[in-house]
Amino acid sequence: MTWIAWRMLTGSKGKYVAIVLGIAFASLLIAQQSSIFCGLMLLTTSQIKDLQGADIWVMDPSVQSIDDIKPLSENDLYRVRGVPGVQWAVRLYKRLTRARLETGNFQQVILLGLDDGTLVGAPPQIVAGSLADLRRPGAIIMDENGYQQLWPNEPYRMGTTFEMNDRRAVLVGICKARRSFQTYPIVYTRYSEAVLFSPRERKVLSFVLAQGKPGTDPVEVCRRIHLQTGLQAQTREEFAWTTMMYYMRKTGIPMNFGITVLLGFIVGAAIAGQTFYLFTIENLKQFGALKAMGAGNLRLVAMILFQAAVVVVIGYGLGIGAAAGFGHVFRESARLAFFMPWQVMAGTGVAVVLIAASASLLSMHRVLRLEPAVVFQS
Amino acid sequence: MDVERAKAAISCRNVTKEFGSEGALVKALRGVDLDVYPGEITLLVGPSGCGKTTLLSVIAGMMRPTAGRIHVLGADLATLRGHRLVKFRGRNVGFVFQQFNLLPALTAAENVTVPLILAGWPRRKALARAHALLEKMGMGDRCHHLPSKVSAGQQQRVAIARALVHEPKLLVCDEPTSALDARTGHTIMELLRTVALESGRAVVVVTHDSRVFEFGDRFARMEDGRITGIETSAPAGTLEALETVG
Repeated sequence: MTWIAWRMLTGSKGKYVAIVLGIAFASLLIAQQSSIFCGLMLLTTSQIKDLQGADIWVMDPSVQSIDDIKPLSENDLYRVRGVPGVQWAVRLYKRLTRARLETGNFQQVILLGLDDGTLVGAPPQIVAGSLADLRRPGAIIMDENGYQQLWPNEPYRMGTTFEMNDRRAVLVGICKARRSFQTYPIVYTRYSEAVLFSPRERKVLSFVLAQGKPGTDPVEVCRRIHLQTGLQAQTREEFAWTTMMYYMRKTGIPMNFGITVLLGFIVGAAIAGQTFYLFTIENLKQFGALKAMGAGNLRLVAMILFQAAVVVVIGYGLGIGAAAGFGHVFRESARLAFFMPWQVMAGTGVAVVLIAASASLLSMHRVLRLEPAVVFQS
Repeated sequence: MDVERAKAAISCRNVTKEFGSEGALVKALRGVDLDVYPGEITLLVGPSGCGKTTLLSVIAGMMRPTAGRIHVLGADLATLRGHRLVKFRGRNVGFVFQQFNLLPALTAAENVTVPLILAGWPRRKALARAHALLEKMGMGDRCHHLPSKVSAGQQQRVAIARALVHEPKLLVCDEPTSALDARTGHTIMELLRTVALESGRAVVVVTHDSRVFEFGDRFARMEDGRITGIETSAPAGTLEALETVG
């Protein structure tokens, strides 16, 4: 009977295309918007991911994200170093500051000060210049997107200078870095330089980066740090989630994307559901004839489910494919924040299955209640 | 069980069918007694709304009577329920509808295979049988045509082939000629008569069309939900009565 169900479905080409497009549209909208949302949320964690080398982030207990800086005292660094299980702990400076270019223009930058001795958290991929040169006075390394922002279309020129807090910064390297949520250029320098590139403050230590001893569980080390120092300690993964959750809670981003995703679901359900239901209603006499000829309810339900499954698979494939294609094209050309994890694909699948299931249920209800004698009505 | 009853393919006794509920009760059948015999065409005739189609639906096991007994091919329909009734209908009853009710997306041959597919036949074998039957019915060159690409008369031939392909013992036809012109209707009735007599199956035809009366072996005249007379020749005055009502 599946071939009969298939032929009934595809026999009405207009309706078949409308149902598939409805599902595809819903899949596209849900997957695309969810992926952009995921991409945006990932941007909030880009510096946590880029600052590698340490598993544990230690911060003030009230810090809610990587951009929520509440400076620590130098003492806190030593207290962390004294916690059993901590192999080492180093300083990290982070703040937004203002760069003054040679042209006199100002530009906000994200300033990261790395531990002078170890350079823990240094960018792993230098595309021009040298990481070793970061030890020179006033040296900074900038991310390539930031360089293009400050000096558009200009080739990389080591030795280029600009000012931060009236101090001269010298460009000694260009690195790769993930795009940040704030989109500002990212400037890496040594901790001792970073504190000079910013206005003077009583406490300047933004975070402590720590590493557990080999064989210790980082989560357990975090717990010990918190118990012993009262500071907040999180693994890198935990801190990334904390940061993402902060942006989800404190911004309207999830609501905005959620509304769009919901609209995609509703519009998709309306188009696909209504067309599928109408398709069944129009075929009611055919179902009645099949019933009269000896097709039981189970068989007819199986036919409807098969038809629903076909449109879901094709529509979902088209929608997810289009969303992925969209992301691939615009991620590079328009610097779109786009990340499609398997959870988005699975969630979209569940959504379109729900759409098809609701449409099928309505259709099945009509077919199950159908009296085969309906075929005798002219 | 008397001899007459034993010979009958269909035996209805005091069959009633009511629709609606108290206050808006419609009595479509009011104590119908009817016997239909194998190898005969029994015509159910009468004015619109007299209960012909309801009786046909009840006989074919597509509608349950409110009261009365119906035996079809020896089976008491009251004892058949759900899946067993569906199976009985699929195996023993062939249907010819006024509007043909062919599946528009299937070719003529594929439409003919449907009862066989429902009976579990492999598609290829069912198609071979459908082709053979359509060939026999003069439709060999239309096997691969969609219903929309053949004439109304040819569609009804396909519908008859579909009704016969699984060799049912009972054929029920609802106004099989009303959507056809006189000549095509005549041809279709000749075809029905041939198949009914050829294999000894019982054929029940509901019709308004007095032009097909010449093909009937038995005429059951209905009025207001009752059988008012059963005759073996076209009942006198039926034509006039139908024309008056119609």
